[in-house]
Amino acid sequence: MAEALLQLSGVHTHIGPYHILHGVDFAAPAGQLTMLLGRNGAGKTTALRTIMGLWQASSGTIRFGGEDITRNTTPDIARAGIGYVPESMGIFAGLTVRENIVLAARSGPVDSTRLDWMLGLFPALKRFWNLPAGNLSGGQKQMLAIARAIAEPRRLLLIDEPTKGLAPVMVRSMIEAFKALKAAGETILLVEQNFHAASALGDNVLVMDDGRIVHSGPMSELVADKNMQQRLLGLSLDAHQ
Amino acid sequence: MSRSPAPALTVDRDRASGSVLTGLLSSDLPRSKVLTVVLLAILLMLATTPFVFSGSQPLSTAAKICVFIVLVASYDLLLGYTGIVSFAHTMFFGIGGYGIAIASERLGATWTSVAVGLGTALCLSALLAVAIGLLSLRVRAIFFSMITLAVASAMAVLASQLSTITGGEDGLSFQLPYELRPAFRLLSEPVFGVAVNGRLIAYYILFFATLLTFLLLLRIVNSPFGRVLQAIRENEFRAEALGYRVVAYRTAASVLSALAATMAGALMALWLRYNGPDTTLSFSIMIDILLMVVIGGMGTMYGSVIGAALFVLAQSYLQVLMDAASKALAGVPVLPDLVHPDRWLLWLGALFVISVYAFPGGIVGRLRQAEQ
Amino acid sequence: MTDIAVESSASTEQLPRTKTDWLPLLLVPALALIALPFVGSGSTWVTLTVAGLAMGMMIFLMASGLTLVFGLMDIINFGHGVFISLGAYASLLVLGPLGGWVQADSIWLNLGLLLLCILAAMGFTAVVGAVFERVIVRPVYGSHLKQILVTMGGLIVAEQAIHAIWGASPIAIPLPATLRGAFIIGDVVMERYRVVAVGIGLFVFLGMQLLLNRTRLGLLIRAGVENPEMVEALGYRIRRLFVSVFVAGSALAGLGGVMWAFYRQTLTAGMGMDVMVLVFIVIIIGGLGSVGGCFVGSILVALVANYVGFVEPKLALISNILVMALVLIWRPQGLFPVARR
Repeated sequence: MAEALLQLSGVHTHIGPYHILHGVDFAAPAGQLTMLLGRNGAGKTTALRTIMGLWQASSGTIRFGGEDITRNTTPDIARAGIGYVPESMGIFAGLTVRENIVLAARSGPVDSTRLDWMLGLFPALKRFWNLPAGNLSGGQKQMLAIARAIAEPRRLLLIDEPTKGLAPVMVRSMIEAFKALKAAGETILLVEQNFHAASALGDNVLVMDDGRIVHSGPMSELVADKNMQQRLLGLSLDAHQ
Repeated sequence: MSRSPAPALTVDRDRASGSVLTGLLSSDLPRSKVLTVVLLAILLMLATTPFVFSGSQPLSTAAKICVFIVLVASYDLLLGYTGIVSFAHTMFFGIGGYGIAIASERLGATWTSVAVGLGTALCLSALLAVAIGLLSLRVRAIFFSMITLAVASAMAVLASQLSTITGGEDGLSFQLPYELRPAFRLLSEPVFGVAVNGRLIAYYILFFATLLTFLLLLRIVNSPFGRVLQAIRENEFRAEALGYRVVAYRTAASVLSALAATMAGALMALWLRYNGPDTTLSFSIMIDILLMVVIGGMGTMYGSVIGAALFVLAQSYLQVLMDAASKALAGVPVLPDLVHPDRWLLWLGALFVISVYAFPGGIVGRLRQAEQ
Repeated sequence: MTDIAVESSASTEQLPRTKTDWLPLLLVPALALIALPFVGSGSTWVTLTVAGLAMGMMIFLMASGLTLVFGLMDIINFGHGVFISLGAYASLLVLGPLGGWVQADSIWLNLGLLLLCILAAMGFTAVVGAVFERVIVRPVYGSHLKQILVTMGGLIVAEQAIHAIWGASPIAIPLPATLRGAFIIGDVVMERYRVVAVGIGLFVFLGMQLLLNRTRLGLLIRAGVENPEMVEALGYRIRRLFVSVFVAGSALAGLGGVMWAFYRQTLTAGMGMDVMVLVFIVIIIGGLGSVGGCFVGSILVALVANYVGFVEPKLALISNILVMALVLIWRPQGLFPVARR
């Protein structure tokens, strides 16, 4: 089997005196949307930050597109083609929406087709184009954060809890946007707490607990198996509907 | 580190005196043979200077060492134990000096004036320390250094401008109570060939006040309060999470440190019978304090003794040595200029930078490390 | 890309409000007006105001680099004052060989001399800044305590080095002939050099605004001050950005140093550290990392110093502490707090 686009093997991460990741192994295949689920504090955000080089892995290897990127610096990892949307969104509040996007397109101006496509996904951004991003609502900021991640072609998107704290109507439009991104062939690793959103989108699913991957498989399998949901996520889909 | 093995300093035969000593030092022993010897030597030297050396220069040097031990130890309480960089320490030092000077000048050369001066100075220092603490409390901790720098320099300018009260740039010379004047004789006969006059009494007041304040500071940093300060220094957020009110502790440490610095200023003025901007308020004294703390060893009270003694001795005698070296090297290019006595601060500055990088524990830390 | 038509009419009511924060800007004219009755005479007031603006511009030059360095990398540089002193002394490199231009009765030769001094100072402090960053600052990232100590140590060494090179006693430097004296309009007296200083300060401020708002580099700096980690995650090497800002900030401090030196017409090794007190007050008032706040703060502090210095000279510096305290009580993060993470 060909190697997946992103491959973590035995990754351990320490933050100060705390041991957060205890040997994480997983693969995110190209062209698919992989969901990363798990309770609060399971290590999902740390996993993404470790991939981005924002925390240094203390052991294990991270391979991206066949290259070992474990020891690379954050800018180099980004330049290898990874777009990142942190949990806090990382919007530059003092910059306008336009300036946020201009900055994200590191290699030069965004061509008009791409811009149209992006703004088609998130029409609200167009209206606020020249306003400071700090004035946007939470959902709009989240859209800007994702738009920024796709401002130029990337090989992989790491997105941390995009639906967190959003109103249901916003969650729905966010799901639509991700469907469109999938259709465009993007490879995405998405951290999510909202199982409803996750089950609607994921091709594959990874479940983390206590700094380890405790389950990995196709999304459809998890959606079909209520017992497995109960065991892995401590929730039943019905109860949350 | 609770009851650490004590004997390093104590005489084994006499366990009782050992535990008294441990108690005096708050169980915080030097923990290094070399350090113990050096500290004992400094203590012995300071205690006997009037009888061992003749002339006023050695006595003045010893008195200055005493004052700076208090000043530097109190600064270490902030810098080394609490992890706060304050540039207002000389302000409190100056308040102590001016307290004694102004009271003695206005109210006459009596013990009452000295008491009033010291009391007022202590109150003013405590108030100012709380005010700075509260102002910095509203802002990020990092502002503290900048705010103290600004406040201290404003006070220094103010002191030199309010010349009717402070004597301006010239400072104030004043008379001490009769019992502290050279003309006063406590005993009619000299002891070991040295006249027991007011000057000698003044020196020993200085010496014992220093010893007492130092032991008190040692007690404070080894008390539960001191441990909380160190916890805050190590990890502010964790200390906060454990339920300690970080700001209150920091402010309390600032106040204690300010009070001790005021005390040092008062001692300095008593010794010099003079106080002025250059002896207590100037920024260069602040720099000297920083050098002494860091080179002696941050976060080790004993470092202040080593730092102060070394620095004052160097200030008084090293420059003579450098002068000789500079003259000896005359004719060689560049070198004489580099060892010129005026350049000594250049070398200390470089030593300071290297200490911060390479020996964050200073001389004391280095000695303790060597012991293990 | 860059510009797309903002859809008009229909959607306007949904636009989030743009809150431009005018209040701190109004402080400056308000302060000037409040000072008027205390100063008494209108012409004196104008003179003081011009003097305050000139001083404010110089403080701004010295403070702007420091505030950006702090915002970008969370580094406090207590040694920044060295660049001010070094810039001032660097003017001697020009004044030595070209001393004749000082007395020349030609405004062009005089201004040319000033310009050459500025270039020499900026070049010199830029180089020293690069070395300082590499040797002193780089090893102590992440620890504020060590930063303060080490940069303070750097300050001591550099000041002593100035003593070793140029001597410890103050050096008098002459103001070029045509820049001496004052413009007199009616009974308003404005010293010429102060007007020149205001001009240069405004020029640099506008240049910085253009750079920060109209160029990609400026965009990166603004973004980096807000959230350096995200800038890295977008693929930019922020270290390089930081070094260039540090060097530019040192050069600006050098520029401020030259201007300050001609203003005082005296050089001392400690002159940088003396003025650093005002610089710190300005940075705290303006909001760490904010160039606009730094500008407003500089003018505010300088105006207060000049007005109070005229009315009650003894309280000049204390009054600035008071201004700082009041601003912090009103806005603990400074006048223009920079949004952070």
